[in-house]
Amino acid sequence: MGRRTMEPFLWLLFSAGGVLSALLLPVLVFLFGVAMPIGWIAAPGLDHLRGLIDNPLTSLVVLALSVLSLFHWAQRFRYTLIDGLKLKDHHRLINVSCYTVTLVGSVAAAVVLWQVR
Amino acid sequence: MADTITLQVTRYRPEQDAEPTVQEYDVPLRKDWAVLDGLNHIRDHQDGTLAYRWSCRMGICGSCGMTVNGEPRLTCATFLTDYAPGPVRVEPLAGFPVIRDLIIDIGDFMRKLPTIKPWIVRDDDKPLSEGEYLQTPDQMDDYKKFSMCINCMLCYSACPVYAIDPDFIGPAAIALAQRYNLDSRDEGAEVRLDRLIHPDGIWGCTFVGECTRACPKGVDPAGAIQRYKLTAAVQSLKTFLLPRGAR
Amino acid sequence: MNNPPGDAAYEPRLYRAPVSILWWLRRRSYFFFVLRELSSVFVAWSVVFLLLLIRAVGRGGGQYRDFLDWSATAWVIILNLVTLGFLVLHAITWFNLTPAAMVLRLRGQRVPPAAIAGSAYLAWVVVSAFVVWIVMRR
Repeated sequence: MGRRTMEPFLWLLFSAGGVLSALLLPVLVFLFGVAMPIGWIAAPGLDHLRGLIDNPLTSLVVLALSVLSLFHWAQRFRYTLIDGLKLKDHHRLINVSCYTVTLVGSVAAAVVLWQVR
Repeated sequence: MADTITLQVTRYRPEQDAEPTVQEYDVPLRKDWAVLDGLNHIRDHQDGTLAYRWSCRMGICGSCGMTVNGEPRLTCATFLTDYAPGPVRVEPLAGFPVIRDLIIDIGDFMRKLPTIKPWIVRDDDKPLSEGEYLQTPDQMDDYKKFSMCINCMLCYSACPVYAIDPDFIGPAAIALAQRYNLDSRDEGAEVRLDRLIHPDGIWGCTFVGECTRACPKGVDPAGAIQRYKLTAAVQSLKTFLLPRGAR
Repeated sequence: MNNPPGDAAYEPRLYRAPVSILWWLRRRSYFFFVLRELSSVFVAWSVVFLLLLIRAVGRGGGQYRDFLDWSATAWVIILNLVTLGFLVLHAITWFNLTPAAMVLRLRGQRVPPAAIAGSAYLAWVVVSAFVVWIVMRR
């Protein structure tokens, strides 16, 4: 499949990632990135979190969230570079780099979730 | 209210100028005058060499688009008193090559428009004896907004993607494709698809939304484009997943 | 610009205004647009942060403690505060723009855009409440 037909699928992945990241990331970052470190709420016990992560459904949701959010980032970021910095001449390099990072990140997410089991 | 207002007008005479310059003119500040009336006054009474396009002076022909104080506007629909005491900067529509003074080259759009087949495409036409194609008011509402386009090019001027990358097909072309795709009489969605899902087609759009803000006729090209992205992406998915026979 | 065949006399010297690389600073709407697009970077960071947390949980007590301490250092808190801001920007702009892409008909009537956006916000609240409950319950 040439580049000319990849765009529709990349856009669908970008959209799915946009929806999931919008629904889930704010509350997660609020809890684990702001509220707990500042001390507004107590961090949950290790056993409780382990229990959550062990649940295959949780792992599935986190994997989907991670992979699709990375695809969402790749689409927006590559267009921002190409339009924002006027780099259309380097679009092939930019596209390949962004999706390589996405692939690496997706594999890393899968590895992390696998090793936690 | 003062008697006059200053217009700072871009001049570009390719036979003598390397670059555009600005020339100032004072025109009467009449409460019912549009910027276009000011330009006509300049040409009629002060400087007959000023070149610009206009026609209907009532916002339907799409000829008089220019950049007024940094915004893409129809000069026949932009009133001097709104800018009093002035001065008012009048420049050619941004994002297009300038031919002379305030006249821009819209050849790019004229070449792109036929590629999206802006006409009713049918596998076979009904014979005249069978009468007209019937359409309910709801069916007309589906595409009516997009049929309001007057090809004034204000949306192209507002679009930052088009300014950076003139290969982008642009807002009006996609909105016009949608006008026909969504028309119940049309059967041409498939023949328009290839041109539009090209990387220089709809995917160049990053939904900035300025095109819809600039449109003087309420066409909402941004909405047309986003809607079409979903349609085209789902269609591409179906084409990919389903064998030809099942589609 | 295409000249008709046979007309070799006139070649206009078109003026093409250069587009500054700072085009996105020229208008408020362009600037806001670029901010919205850059929120994707913070989306990516959130994924990294989340995976670091999960990895720490997986590795046990000491690692988990270390992660909590690290996430409480000043720079990380500041980064995550900024991240939260951009994530909220992303969510709000995303839900507000969803009706543009999704035109739905219910019983022949077009669903008003506000209803589509409203449903998205509602889903956001419900999902967030669920996550808080599932993470915080003892």
